[in-house]
Amino acid sequence: MAGAGKIRRIGMASVQSHKNQPDPNVPHPLVPLIFEESVPGRRGIDLAPREFGSRPAADLIGPQLCRDSLPGMPEVSEPQVLRHFLRLSQLNFAQALQFYPLGSCTMKYNPVLNDECAGLPGFAALHPHTPAHLAQGALELIAELERALMEISGMDAVSLHPAAGAQGELSGLLIIRAWHQQRGHPRHKVIIPDTAHGTNPASSALAGFDVIVARSGKKGLLEAAEIRRLMSDDVAALMVTNPSTLGIFETEIREIADVLHEHGAMLYLDGANFNALLGVAKPGDMGADVVQFNLHKTFSTPHGGGGPGAGPIGVKQHLEPFLPLPRVAKGPQGWYLDTNRPHSIGKLRSFYGNFGMLVRAYAYILALGADGLEQVSRRAILAANYVRERLREHYPSATDEPVMHECVLTHELEKKGVTTLDIAKRLLDFGIHPPTIYFPLVVHGALMIEPTETESRQHLDEFVAAMEQIHAEALEDPQLLKDAPHTLALKRIDEAMAARHPILRWQPKK
Amino acid sequence: MEIPAGLRYSKEHEWVATEEEVATIGITDYAQEQLGEIVYVELPAVGDKISKDDAFGVVESVKAVSDIYAPVSGTVVEVNQELPESPEMINEDPYGDGWLIKVKVSDASEIEDLLDHEEYEELVAAEKE
Repeated sequence: MAGAGKIRRIGMASVQSHKNQPDPNVPHPLVPLIFEESVPGRRGIDLAPREFGSRPAADLIGPQLCRDSLPGMPEVSEPQVLRHFLRLSQLNFAQALQFYPLGSCTMKYNPVLNDECAGLPGFAALHPHTPAHLAQGALELIAELERALMEISGMDAVSLHPAAGAQGELSGLLIIRAWHQQRGHPRHKVIIPDTAHGTNPASSALAGFDVIVARSGKKGLLEAAEIRRLMSDDVAALMVTNPSTLGIFETEIREIADVLHEHGAMLYLDGANFNALLGVAKPGDMGADVVQFNLHKTFSTPHGGGGPGAGPIGVKQHLEPFLPLPRVAKGPQGWYLDTNRPHSIGKLRSFYGNFGMLVRAYAYILALGADGLEQVSRRAILAANYVRERLREHYPSATDEPVMHECVLTHELEKKGVTTLDIAKRLLDFGIHPPTIYFPLVVHGALMIEPTETESRQHLDEFVAAMEQIHAEALEDPQLLKDAPHTLALKRIDEAMAARHPILRWQPKK
Repeated sequence: MEIPAGLRYSKEHEWVATEEEVATIGITDYAQEQLGEIVYVELPAVGDKISKDDAFGVVESVKAVSDIYAPVSGTVVEVNQELPESPEMINEDPYGDGWLIKVKVSDASEIEDLLDHEEYEELVAAEKE
């Protein structure tokens, strides 16, 4: 067991034994709201007098569009704004600052090279309305990235259009729906396993399908027999994540694909966990008809504040005509955007995808090459299995199967009154972002840990030591965990209150 | 944890209390304990038809969003109007103030198929291992 205080808070103050915790009566210097920093009349910018004089706004746009009073925005100086947001950012947990094993989300390192490439003026300053003949490089990059993803996934065509994983799911399902419709047999149901991400049933409902839940078998795997049992000629597709959210490879996937295809249904392979398969296995070979890639997970583009994501989709040849508009194509005049595609499900987003993200993913793929990408997956798998084995004594694995890029662990501390949430909150005191908790739903009190490929053994050992120390603390002094975090600006937040009575808007004090 | 005698239970952790042909439906004490603090409830409207084993509503807790499955088929005759404002009633009183909906049952034999309190106790014990 690690001694108290032995684990350093990475990049910040060290964690002492709880007897040396900061005095709870001394308030932490919290960052005030920017509205609270407001001083009437203060301005951040200085509008110089116009050379050509000025006219009242009402003359230019009409009085009906002009307001009578100021809109109640904070009145602050430029340094105040800078300090305010920099301070807020310093309170954040971030992959660039800490170990961030948030399972399922794949918070992997985002190489600086990606940003450098996306910042090249030819990409960054490209206006979305630039005519195709002046944007040949950007269009070629799109075509090249499509080709790379086709090769990596074994699919016949790729569209980079969808702006996020969930939009990729929706696009794929709309394509499947359109395909069944075109054959004259519209279908209304999609099968989804009980281990699925919540987006799968949500996307299915949005695409107009009813959801049938498939139960995973004893080993946590989806079984072909279960799919056969649920099959009917109203089933449009099975939507399955491989490796599953339990971090295990669906070994019956080929047989499952055969069952689906025998009944005229499609296999939608959710590529949310594709980062475990690079250079190791191809969804195309598993029988997938549609797959979506989460560039912000597998291909190291940022998860910046909830976006922008990028969720390209790959399809087999028979579904290619249905891909979203426009398609990048090459003609005698060079690259152009093709919109003359009568079977397409149409446009899903303005312009073409989140282009800056596409540049980053392309840079990542080129920088690593085929061998490098395979190393990414193999190291991610090694790291997850290492953590799983090291924690086995106090945090047993939810499945006996060897894991891929993430592991789902449980614990017996509930008998001591300590919940998974308490463990997660205590990890914050060690300067570690907690794993995903209470997911997948099929595992009681789940801790879902995804170390990713870039963490060294030293960092993994620090994490293991923190988890072991927390286990010991839970036995000796459960209240220490109940009150965690102790070292952050905000202590335990009342999540139920925040959800039941959210304060969504600042209101001036009366 | 409470499992009152006299109620019927589904494998999906709903309870049913029948009076004449109207069934009151809620989620069990075990279910609310597993879900944790409930923050949001979505229920059908009066007059909606629900069918056995299909989802008729949603409960959201700080941990997860879960479907509520109909233990019996029928037509909704009353909905607990206080839940949207005070979802915590499900945690505080799952068999009383925390009831969800009342349904006019279309097939009384479906109620007979549900578990009694002893069978449900066994189910919960098995889930806890």
